[in-house]
Amino acid sequence: MTTVSLTVNGQSVTADVDPRTLLVQFLRENLRLTGTHVGCDTSQCGACVVHLNGQAVKACTTLAVQANASVVTTIEGISQGGELHPMQAAFREHHGLQCGYCTPGMIMSAIDIVNRKGNTLDERTIRAELEGNLCRCTGYHNIVKAVAAGAQGMAQAPVQQAAE
Amino acid sequence: MTATGIGAPVRRKEDQRFVTGQGRYVDDFNRPGQAYAYFLRSPHAHAAIRSIDTGPAMIMPGVIAVFTGDDLAADKIGGLICGWMIHSKDGSPMKAGPHPALAQGKVRYVGDHLAVVIAETLAQAKDAAEAIVVDYDVLPAVVDTAQATKTPVQVHDVSPDNTVFNWHLGNKDETEAAFARAKHVTKIDLVNNRLVPNPIEPRAAVGEYDFGTDNYTLYTTSQNPHVARLVLSAFIGVAPEHKLRVIAPDVGGGFGSKIFIYAEETVCVWAAKKVKRPVKWTSDRSEAFLSDAHGRDHVTHAEMATDENGKIIGLRVHTTANLGAYLSTFSSSVPTYLYAPLLSGQYDIPAIYCEVDGVYTNTAPVDAYRGAGRPEATFVVERLVEKTARELGQNPAEFRRRNYITQFPHATPVIMTYDTGDYAASLDKALEIADYKNFEQRKQESARRGKLRGIGFSSYIEACGIAPSQAVGSLGAGVGLWESAEVRVNPTGSVEVLTGSHSHGQGHETTFAQLVSDRLGIPIDQVSIVHGDTDKVQFGMGTYGSRSGAVGMSAIAKAIDKVIAKGKKVAAHVLEASEGDIEFKDGRFGVAGTDRSMAFGEIALQAYIAHKFSGQDLEPGLKEGAFYDPTNFTFPAGVHICEVEIDPDTGVTKIERWTAVDDFGVIINPMIVEGQVHGGIAQGVGQALLEGAVYDQSGQLITASFNDYCMPRAIDLPSFQVGMTVTPCPSNPLGIKGCGEAGAIAAPPAVINAITDALGHEDIAMPATPQAVWRAAQKARMPMAAE
Repeated sequence: MTTVSLTVNGQSVTADVDPRTLLVQFLRENLRLTGTHVGCDTSQCGACVVHLNGQAVKACTTLAVQANASVVTTIEGISQGGELHPMQAAFREHHGLQCGYCTPGMIMSAIDIVNRKGNTLDERTIRAELEGNLCRCTGYHNIVKAVAAGAQGMAQAPVQQAAE
Repeated sequence: MTATGIGAPVRRKEDQRFVTGQGRYVDDFNRPGQAYAYFLRSPHAHAAIRSIDTGPAMIMPGVIAVFTGDDLAADKIGGLICGWMIHSKDGSPMKAGPHPALAQGKVRYVGDHLAVVIAETLAQAKDAAEAIVVDYDVLPAVVDTAQATKTPVQVHDVSPDNTVFNWHLGNKDETEAAFARAKHVTKIDLVNNRLVPNPIEPRAAVGEYDFGTDNYTLYTTSQNPHVARLVLSAFIGVAPEHKLRVIAPDVGGGFGSKIFIYAEETVCVWAAKKVKRPVKWTSDRSEAFLSDAHGRDHVTHAEMATDENGKIIGLRVHTTANLGAYLSTFSSSVPTYLYAPLLSGQYDIPAIYCEVDGVYTNTAPVDAYRGAGRPEATFVVERLVEKTARELGQNPAEFRRRNYITQFPHATPVIMTYDTGDYAASLDKALEIADYKNFEQRKQESARRGKLRGIGFSSYIEACGIAPSQAVGSLGAGVGLWESAEVRVNPTGSVEVLTGSHSHGQGHETTFAQLVSDRLGIPIDQVSIVHGDTDKVQFGMGTYGSRSGAVGMSAIAKAIDKVIAKGKKVAAHVLEASEGDIEFKDGRFGVAGTDRSMAFGEIALQAYIAHKFSGQDLEPGLKEGAFYDPTNFTFPAGVHICEVEIDPDTGVTKIERWTAVDDFGVIINPMIVEGQVHGGIAQGVGQALLEGAVYDQSGQLITASFNDYCMPRAIDLPSFQVGMTVTPCPSNPLGIKGCGEAGAIAAPPAVINAITDALGHEDIAMPATPQAVWRAAQKARMPMAAE
């Protein structure tokens, strides 16, 4: 067993883990943060995307020990004071989800896209940047709309970004 | 229309939990003392099992138990079943081979279940599974659909030539006569490619047994938990029905693949009692590829006869349908009664004859996948119609229009009676949205850039609202296909609706609440929808076949009518009027012609207080249930137009425009309906351009991960232009037709018709990958090169 210490959604966490434990297993099994999902075993689907030190990573391809001394943000950690994060609100407003399983990963990727590409995103950019996230329900049409709207919403809510 | 009533684009109630990571899917449930199951699966497509030595696994760290098919047999656990009896032309019943949950004597496909290891952790269970020693006698395999009956390989003893059934529908003599007098006959050979459903949530199950009460609980990724309970109890014999609680909580997509009752949940329930611990299994994606039921996989030859006026006079079809190594739960119905009855499409075709040979192969079982039989039928009809129009030198849109059914009801030669529709209206609207009149201009502009532009139509119909129990019973279904609902009004006037439908992305918590809000005149946040738990909902048939609006909501509407009727009786007592004078309008019970009235919630309270009436003439309380059995299938129909541009140098097909005009009857929530259309189109485009499950000749699935099986990504798809026409369905009280499968049904022929239009020849199969399109484009160029 190996000891890992990290900050998850603003809380300090220390645990002994089997060295082969994946970050997604650590979040789901040890911390019971089940909003981060597993949809594949080849790093293709993106249901497990979380932020590691502010950048999107696939938690199924990251060992828990790699996150040692790091800051991790999951889908459970982005809304503040009962208010949805602008990207969460945009997915709801634009019907960017159906079964909801890919949604946490989509939202975490979308926030990362905005962080990297800015608040004004065209359709082509959004579609290209969502390469690492699969959705089987929506045909992406409304996800693209939600990401564009969420990007605009994030421009109007700088406090939310600072929380990342 | 109110802001939350029927027809309003109400934002979904369920989304708050999904966007915050608070959804509760099966793998999110962890029971106290839970152990983990891992299944050892066959690496061979076909092998006799000489022996299985579980001893080395039993001594591995953390192992609690290892079970094989012998252990299930010793406990008299039955095999998995196929619930739809198909009879061959000669009247003989289909040949159903044994389907044990864990293999007995033989494995029949790669991924077939050999043994289960139950251990303290999943990693320990996986490690131990590798220590199980299996001595196989590897046998030759058959994987190819068209060759299945022409091989010495025998998948099941009951079927020497691997035939499950030779089935037919329609009138052979009349069809032959039509072809004899035809002016023109168009022929086509088609492969409907095998697909893997791939909901992003993999299947999962947690089985639990309570020794104190003798109660079993199964958490499972199911589209129809009550059917799962019925099959697990009455047929497989895992637990008595009244002692088994099946919970299907939030489910992450299904698309058909979570209708079926699989080996894994069977074993988890049974093993929980054996090891005296809750047992959890979660599929990984590789297992899902191997063992989820696949879809489609048809090989078809079809011919269409036309007369001198360009009128379709006959259609004959022969299809070989691959059913895989075992008959999955509803597999036999998909290439038969969900397929051939749709071969008339939207067209007035006087004579149709269809033969279907269902075959076994050493591949994963094939069953319903979004559309289930109807996409296969639509692909046949719409490819043939397009090809016929081209051969006759006619405009494909106008050729369709000339052959549309225009009088309703219309009885087809393949047992369906279409109730209503206006196909020309959808065509006109689609042509307008697609800017069809300027297509030639766009094609020339593409040509100037060295690109090939094409346009393809798909004028589809489907039979949904599955289905009238009497009708499906006469066709071989083992169950009736009604739906149930219970409307419970609380003393405060809030309402809980218990439904037998199951939501796994469809948004029932919102649309069903809209109906209740609309009918009872109460705020939508005063309505809760309860589903997916057999301890709460008495019985239900579940969600598939675009049935939950047409059938599930009709049951709710029927129960609401009963609530209002009872409310009128209560109001009559409370308002001291005769029952006949009580009106219910805008959420109030009032006495006609007076200003005396009470709100719905006030009457609800009076119903429970019951001070104003004696229990002898009126029972206290306000709770009503209903079972709704539809009187006919529903017939959603529409026109999709796909416009593509092909780069002949790379073979890349880009979808430039997608137009969908659908008639779903009355729409409860247009936002959700459009979302269903988008998702369906994406799956249909996936089939046409990207997806294909490929087995090599030894039966290894060589597309068994998201690296190898090409799922549609955002960049592969355009935004869609979606329009609607409405002819209310006369067969249910709400006028709903259903929308869940339309896109997946309509899309594949639209794409292929567009590609063949661009290429100028018909020789392209699905998936039309860049490589396939590039080859086809080179072939199209060759005559030019010869010049």
